[in-house]
Amino acid sequence: MAEHLLEVRNLSVQFHTAGGTVKAVSNISWYLDRGETLAILGESGSGKSVSASAIMNLIDMPPGEITNGQILFEGRDLLTMPIGKRRMINGKRIAMIFQDPLGHLNPVYTVGWQLVETMLVHGAGRDEAERRALELLKRVGLPSPEASMKKYPHQFSGGQRQRVMIAMALAMKPDIVIADEPTTALDVTVQAEVLSLLDELQKETGMGLLLITHDLGVVAEVADRVVVMNGGEIVETGTPSEVYHNPQHPYTKKLISAAPGRGAMHEPQGRGEALLRVSGMEKAYGAFKALDGVSFDLQPGETMAVVGESGSGKSTLARCLLRLEEADSGQALWKGRDLLSMSRKELFGLRRQIQMVFQDPTQSLNPRMSVYELISEAWVIHPEILPKARWRERVDELLAQVGLLPEHARRYPHQFSGGQRQRIAIARALALEPQLIICDEAVSALDVSIQAQVIALLDKLRRELKIAFIFIAHDLPVVRDFADHVMVMKSGKVVERGTARQIFESPRQDYTRRLLAAGLDPDPEVQQRRRLEREAIIA
Amino acid sequence: MRKLILGRVLSSFFSLAALVVMVFFLSRLTGDPAALFLPREATQEMLDNFRRLHGLNDPLIVQFGRYVWDLLHLDFGQSLRQARPAIDVVFEGFAWTFQLAAITIALVSIAAIVIGSLAAFRPGGIFDRFASVVSLIGASAPDFWVAIVAIVVFAVNFAWLPTSGTGTVWHWILPVAVLFIRPFGLILQIVRGSMIQSFGSLYVKTARAKGVGNTSIIFVHTLRNAMLPVITVIGDQAAAMLNGAVIIETIFGFPGVGKLMIDSILQRDFNVVLAAIMVTALAIFVMNLLIDIAYAILDPRVRT
Amino acid sequence: MTMTQTLPGTSTQAEVQQKGRIRGVLGMLWRDKFALAATIFLLVVIFCAVCGPMLMGDAALSQNLRGRNAPPFSIANGWFYVLGSDSLGRPLLPRVVVAAQNTMLIAAGAVLCSSIIGALLGLVAGYASSRVGNVILRLADVIMSFPSLLLAVVVLYILAPSVGNLVIVLAITRIPVYLRTTRAEVMEIRQRMFVEAAEVMGASPARIVFRHILPMVIPTLVTIATLDFAFVMLAESSLSFLGIGIQPPQITWGLMVSQGRQYLATAWWLAFWPGLAIILTTMSLNLLSNWMRIALDPTQRWRLEIGGKSNG
Repeated sequence: MAEHLLEVRNLSVQFHTAGGTVKAVSNISWYLDRGETLAILGESGSGKSVSASAIMNLIDMPPGEITNGQILFEGRDLLTMPIGKRRMINGKRIAMIFQDPLGHLNPVYTVGWQLVETMLVHGAGRDEAERRALELLKRVGLPSPEASMKKYPHQFSGGQRQRVMIAMALAMKPDIVIADEPTTALDVTVQAEVLSLLDELQKETGMGLLLITHDLGVVAEVADRVVVMNGGEIVETGTPSEVYHNPQHPYTKKLISAAPGRGAMHEPQGRGEALLRVSGMEKAYGAFKALDGVSFDLQPGETMAVVGESGSGKSTLARCLLRLEEADSGQALWKGRDLLSMSRKELFGLRRQIQMVFQDPTQSLNPRMSVYELISEAWVIHPEILPKARWRERVDELLAQVGLLPEHARRYPHQFSGGQRQRIAIARALALEPQLIICDEAVSALDVSIQAQVIALLDKLRRELKIAFIFIAHDLPVVRDFADHVMVMKSGKVVERGTARQIFESPRQDYTRRLLAAGLDPDPEVQQRRRLEREAIIA
Repeated sequence: MRKLILGRVLSSFFSLAALVVMVFFLSRLTGDPAALFLPREATQEMLDNFRRLHGLNDPLIVQFGRYVWDLLHLDFGQSLRQARPAIDVVFEGFAWTFQLAAITIALVSIAAIVIGSLAAFRPGGIFDRFASVVSLIGASAPDFWVAIVAIVVFAVNFAWLPTSGTGTVWHWILPVAVLFIRPFGLILQIVRGSMIQSFGSLYVKTARAKGVGNTSIIFVHTLRNAMLPVITVIGDQAAAMLNGAVIIETIFGFPGVGKLMIDSILQRDFNVVLAAIMVTALAIFVMNLLIDIAYAILDPRVRT
Repeated sequence: MTMTQTLPGTSTQAEVQQKGRIRGVLGMLWRDKFALAATIFLLVVIFCAVCGPMLMGDAALSQNLRGRNAPPFSIANGWFYVLGSDSLGRPLLPRVVVAAQNTMLIAAGAVLCSSIIGALLGLVAGYASSRVGNVILRLADVIMSFPSLLLAVVVLYILAPSVGNLVIVLAITRIPVYLRTTRAEVMEIRQRMFVEAAEVMGASPARIVFRHILPMVIPTLVTIATLDFAFVMLAESSLSFLGIGIQPPQITWGLMVSQGRQYLATAWWLAFWPGLAIILTTMSLNLLSNWMRIALDPTQRWRLEIGGKSNG
């Protein structure tokens, strides 16, 4: 049997928590060879990051405990190795890139210092380390590397910080780089750049790359082999193409079918009287223009998706429409009346008609209120909607409508999963019987399979209740089979607006094309073609 | 940074002005110094003379105007009790208090930071439990009680240390030790909590993944981040000490500004009270500024 | 399941929830023996404060000239004398018990007043416009820098040094603590999404402040108040010690320490026992406050629950 560079054998890890012992992973085995990319694919709670933490000795014990297994690096078991020896492997032979580079870089030291430190720890001389640090920053494509050495993490953008992380991981020319969700916090176009940088570097150095991700698209883009995890166990392994086209395990099948952007697109009907007509809306924060002359109109019952990368002004648009922030200028006619100039009292009436579903249901639900209280608060504030005697009945009805059970009414938000919480938030919005619901990244914090369910729910509500939606997202595939119209935004301006079919099949603007090309398709073959297209656009 | 300092100066000036006005009028409410300074059998004529001499017969507002006018010429008035410029009396007392505060805070900070960091490294370990008990007792001890118990034990029973005064190094040991206890307990708890939080942060994970050793993780990576809330608390404690440790100074017969202030209040030596308040306020202002600068040095994110 | 039949159902549900929560808290307390001991000690102190003067009021004042300056740990004169007696032959144990009333009354009054006023001002400062907030903050600054001793002398000179006036003095000096904490918390909580969600529903500022923000601040306030109770006790003792607090024949623990100071060399127990009472009470309050900081924080609570498992 040939020896692998890194091999995990029958690893089992458990955590002792208040609720009893939780098995994080049980009996998992995989291997990684030089020059190849292995992806571990799984949703939150699948245990996909646990083996990486075990390799790097990052599991806190207690509460964690490794109950079984071996981790063989060049044939030697890391788990039985003395702590000092393991430290010399960390960073030198095996390096790691984390998901959130802002949190994972020490905020009080310069980027140069942190890079140099990695090399000093492993015995390099200071001069040599500084020279190499500069080289690395140049290699990962950071602008003006000399100046960057002296800057602090908070002075970089998200993508640049991730490049710093990559430079740090490569400092000692490691044999293996582990990347834990390296692009999840990044915009699609930046994600594509970071992934291709990793790919290039791997070709240069011949390192083994272990990529942990929840995204089928990322797997399709970079992986040579993939390991699918669910509930702490490996359910499937194979090449991305095999796994995608011929999934064996029901979980893998479910995951693949949940990938967005597969269904039929909407064909919006003719245009009538507008429900909301926005024109020339502007909003600036100091010198930064968050909204720069935004205009559009929305029909009753229509779903409009607003798509853009971070800083495009899409969330500011939502906040200004809801008067959580005041726009600087422009108009927003709601049934013919300008809601931007409404008085407090008029606004109160409007609150019933326009509702919002926020990105993170964990934060948008008051943790100290039961589901009953959360939903019925709408009627406490607007008592004319429903007499108190009918609240109970109506809460049950709303819960049923969003796919929850009546007995959930007396539970508290922390007793639910993320997807269920978002359902509660939707029920709360429905309690006011609104005509427009603004969803601000309402599904982007959720796992792919949950995402599909919530979108299906929203689609059902739209059909049954004829509610109009403004659906804000950074992710194009998500809006493809849900939106009637799509509006693409960049730096506060509307780049392009059209029906979903227009935008996805014949985009007119370069930016829209770039955005579409940067998106990752879960199908490895489609993604292969798309990568070539993208390279063509760049060239 | 310059804008920050300017804003600080302005807002502190207003606070100080408001303080001086309030203290000036409120202190007059406590009564007439003449009755306290002259013997009980003093005649009405002697009282009148005393009042005229010190301008106590004029309406309060006139007295205040005169005081402000003199203040603008940097004249803080005379001390009634000591018959010399009030500011000299205050400076003398403040010098003692400043030394006491500086020594104590320096010792407290070093001890609390070292012990707190080590305790936080293994929460729940033996050392941590020991540190928790020490800090708990420290933070709960009434200083006047500790002071008199310390005097009974070390000065009276064993006669190792002097009971009061300021003559030698030995005179400083008891006041510093007693003053040390409470801030030590408080700051130790803050250091520990802040360090534990810092240890759980993501950049420590990165450091471990880079192969950085434990000592370096404690004293290079975590400590500097954990120091941010700690120096705020150190600043508060130092401010309290600069205001004068009244109790400790009284018990140990230490001629600091706190004892001076309470004596002057009780004896209605108003000029000394006002001068003492202004001097300590200025000192606290300078110290807060130093804390802000330290903050900016430690944390690049506030440097903008 | 019976719940679903009752209409409107909210009140009964709330009760059930409340009962469950109280039982949960007691369970957590039972598992942390230090916090449990602290709670029991504080309950004893509260009992002394409420019933002490009724039960031992006479004994505390009875002079016994033969038993003057009796040393502690001897019950020759009766068990009231177990902690010794003072220069007038008054037994110390009843005196310490009786003094608990004034000590607790002053501290509780001051903490209650300052926390309510401070929290209300803090809510206003945190939720109102930044100008109003700044004015309130400046005010707090002035109070903070005002020498509390001077304030005490002024108030107690103009008014009499009674329990009520002492409460006023101490309350004023502690208001800024609550004000600042509340304001800082409000500023953070008002940014949270559930507050925005309530705004989007059309909730009034009063509803947002009292229904959504205040409940999130209260655990912190309770924790601080517990700690501050200890601080106020020490402050009151200091004032009494300096002779500008409560005046004899009223007694507090601080005053007793002060009175015992002159007999230190001959009768150390006069100052020792009331001092010990202060130390034990403040220590219990500190312990309880530390425990509450964890118990009242849902993200930290598991630490206590997990502790219970290992203890059995």
